[in-house]
This record gives sequence, structure tokens and C-alpha cells, in this order.
Amino acid sequence: MTSAREVVVTGLGATTPLGGDVASTWEAALAGTSGARTLENDWAEKYGLPVTFAATIKVDPAEVLSRPETKRMDPSAQYAVVAAREAWADAGSPEVDGERLGAVVSSGIGGIQTILDGWDTLRERGARRMLPMTVPMLMPNSPSAYVSLEFGARAGTHAQVSACASGAEAVGYAVDMIRSGRADIVVAGGTEAAIHPMPLGAFAASRTLSLRNDDPQRASRPYDVDRDGFVLGEGAAVLVLESAEHAAARGARVYAKVTGVGLSSDAYHITSPDPEGTGQVSAMRFAIQDAGVTPADIVHVNAHATSTKVGDLTETASIRKLFGADADHVQLSATKSMTGHLLGGAGAIESLFAVKAINERLAPPTINVDNPDPELQVPLVRDEPVKLPAGDIAAINNSFGFGGHNVALVIQNA
Amino acid sequence: MANTDQEILEGLAEIVAEETGLDQADILLEKSFTDDLDIDSLSMMTIVTHAEDKFGVRIPDEEVKNLATVGDAVSFIKGAQPA
Repeated sequence: MTSAREVVVTGLGATTPLGGDVASTWEAALAGTSGARTLENDWAEKYGLPVTFAATIKVDPAEVLSRPETKRMDPSAQYAVVAAREAWADAGSPEVDGERLGAVVSSGIGGIQTILDGWDTLRERGARRMLPMTVPMLMPNSPSAYVSLEFGARAGTHAQVSACASGAEAVGYAVDMIRSGRADIVVAGGTEAAIHPMPLGAFAASRTLSLRNDDPQRASRPYDVDRDGFVLGEGAAVLVLESAEHAAARGARVYAKVTGVGLSSDAYHITSPDPEGTGQVSAMRFAIQDAGVTPADIVHVNAHATSTKVGDLTETASIRKLFGADADHVQLSATKSMTGHLLGGAGAIESLFAVKAINERLAPPTINVDNPDPELQVPLVRDEPVKLPAGDIAAINNSFGFGGHNVALVIQNA
Repeated sequence: MANTDQEILEGLAEIVAEETGLDQADILLEKSFTDDLDIDSLSMMTIVTHAEDKFGVRIPDEEVKNLATVGDAVSFIKGAQPA
């Protein structure tokens, strides 16, 4: 059953704290590997930063990009371009009219390292020493713009900004572009490169970061009773989304379908999720309705779960509220336990993980859950991957962001 | 202390190579920044910023449009340096 407006995934790319591509990232995730590391710098002494670790990118983009590319792109754009090139090649470098090709690659924060470097240059050396590429490097649409330049995407280049939901919202927007007939292929995803003392200090100030400095690899522990906050990560993930018709016409390999997009907002508090989960429930309900499935069809959820006290439980309560008894057969995975929190990249890498989970019928593990929170309301995949059933199956990727943004995507087998 | 023409050429070629990815050996005096080296205006301004830093000179914006070739830039820098 293939309709012109059905959207399929034909290419995947990533560069993350777990690996420089999809294969190594996925392999490390299935093996339950943590990407968190102690930072080899003097930030703690110099600035009094209370956190001394992060989930830094595994492969420096300088190893795969040319020297001029690394000089004219902020790291957030570099990661996006690395992931996009892999995804595009993985999709078979499709022949497509540029007017039918879109690019939607989001960042939650934008070129923060460029902004801060520019500020340092201005203060220390004056305006004449500022580099002319500063503006195109710092703008938050820069990663999307570079991806559009890379492939000649002229159907529209966009960058949804919704904090930690940005990457998932980008995928959702790309689905809408294809469904509405504005594009046949959209290169979509999310990226972030914010491991710098200022954002680390700012997140620490908001009391949302884990301070488990003596054991970084055990710090991101969603749903564990001893969780104390998220681990800042960095990296990018990109999906090539394509109309099923276009993919079929060129004989493309299809990983999965993206069949449902649900968006909502809490309008409750600037950072805290609505404790009733009203907005989260709405987003999941909209996505399920959009996909034309029921909670009984959902066998796997890639949770937003960042390892904070409040956020993790609100989400599982929301799932239970919407799913009722059907939540008993959901395999819940919190992959931030391994990748850390990629902020604007999170919704993209977790969409990618959900696509891989459906495609390989294997839900990735959640690590570091020594003592599950007794209030956890959904079965959790712990330590080892869990087989997903045969037949038609569906998964949800949830992504939520500061500001009350909720995005749920439904992914089904092809 | 002023640099020799050769030192300026080498220093400038290093900056241009870093910005463009071109081989340093291909950055010769007679090469045109736009036609031969395919350098756009933002890249040119980046090169100018780095060159000012490296050679301790001031290259005014209105002068940049007169620097058609690498040789023009070397001559300007040489002339702008204190003797």
C-alpha cells in the first residue's frame, strides 16, 4: 500500500559521541556504550564550572572535512554536513530536480562557539580583527543552509527552533513538505555543538546538569532513582526523507516510513513540563491519529528522557495516560543514557534510532538503570537490546523542549 | 622590521591556502584572486584580516578592490610596512 503522500526514510547519517557514522553509533548503542568523557581542559579551575565532563563527539570533523570547510563553518554546521553527506550517499545520491529537494536541519542554540569567539575577539582585539564569516557561521539556520548548498536543495531550506525538540520538529516539518507536495526529497535532521564553558555554566546554573564528575559514563541514567540531571552531548543526525512514490520509482532501499507527526505546546512554564503531561499526551495522540494507528500498534518508544528528576517520570505518566493497558507492551528506550543530550540534535538522532529499531526490530538499551524509579510506568529496555515483534509494528520518538514544545513522530515498518 | 617580497608572498600564500584549500605552491604573484583563485568577497576580506594581523599593516577597505592579483597585494603590504 503506497500512496503519493506517504513518506519513507531512504538514507541515514550521523556523527555522535558514540561514533563518526551511523554504523558505529548504532553498534555502540546496541552494546550499551556511554559516550561521556572527562573534559581535558582547565574550564573547572578557570571558571569554577561545577561539571567536568560531557559527551563529546567521537570523530573530530577535521578528520573528514577539508581545512577551509572547518574554517568557514561553525562546528554545528560541520557536524550537520558530515551527517548529511553520509545520509545522502546512503540514499544512493539520488538524482532529483533541485526545486523538488528540501533541507531542514535544526539547531537548538545555533553557532554559539562562533558567537562567543567573536565576542572574545571584539573585546580583546577590536572590531577590525573580527572575521567576515562570523555572521554566516553564527546564524542558527547555517547548518541547514550549508546542507542545501551541498546538494542544491531549492525547494526550501528551513530550521525549526524549539530547543531540545528542534531535531524532531525538523523531521516533522520535512514530512509536511513532502506530504503537501512541495518536495520529493527532504534532507532533515538536527545538530548541536555547545560544549563550551558558557553553555555548560548556563545549564549548570539552571540545575539541570548531572554533576557526577567522578563517574561520567554512569552519569546519564534516565529512570534510575539516583539520576541527577542530563549530560551535555554534541553531534548531528540526518535522515533522507522521500515520497514513497519517488523512492519506488528509483528503486531506493527503504528503512521505514514516517507516518505520523504530532506537535503541541504546554503553555505551562518556560522550562518545566506540565506535570499533568497534557501537552505530551496531545502530541502523541495527534501523531498516532495522523498515522492512522492505535496505541496497541506501538511496540517501542524512544523516550525524550534526559535523566532529570521531574522530566523522565512526566513522560512515562503521559504514555500510560494515553495508552492505558497498551503501555504494557511498549519497549521504552532512553538512548540519552548513552549519547548524552544532543539538544537540537537529540530529536534527530533519536528519530534515527527509532528508524533503526523498526528496521532491525531491535530496541536499543537504556544503560545505568541500577535501581529503576518505582514510579516508572512503562516497561524499560535495560542493558541489552530487546527484539521487537514480527508483522506490522510502529514506534514513537518523543522529543520535548524548554519552552513547552512537544513533538511525537510515528515510525512504521516499510 | 619590513619583510622581503619573498617573505610576504610566502606568508600571504599560507593565508590564502588556509582559506581556500588551494596548494600553497599554486599561489603565485601573477594569479588573480577572483579569476584564478576563485576567491569571493567574504573570503577576500578574511584573507585581508589575517594579512593585516600577520604583517602588522592596515589595508583599508577601499584599497582591497585594487588588489587584483597576489602580486598587487604583496606590493601593497610591502609599501605599507614601516621601512
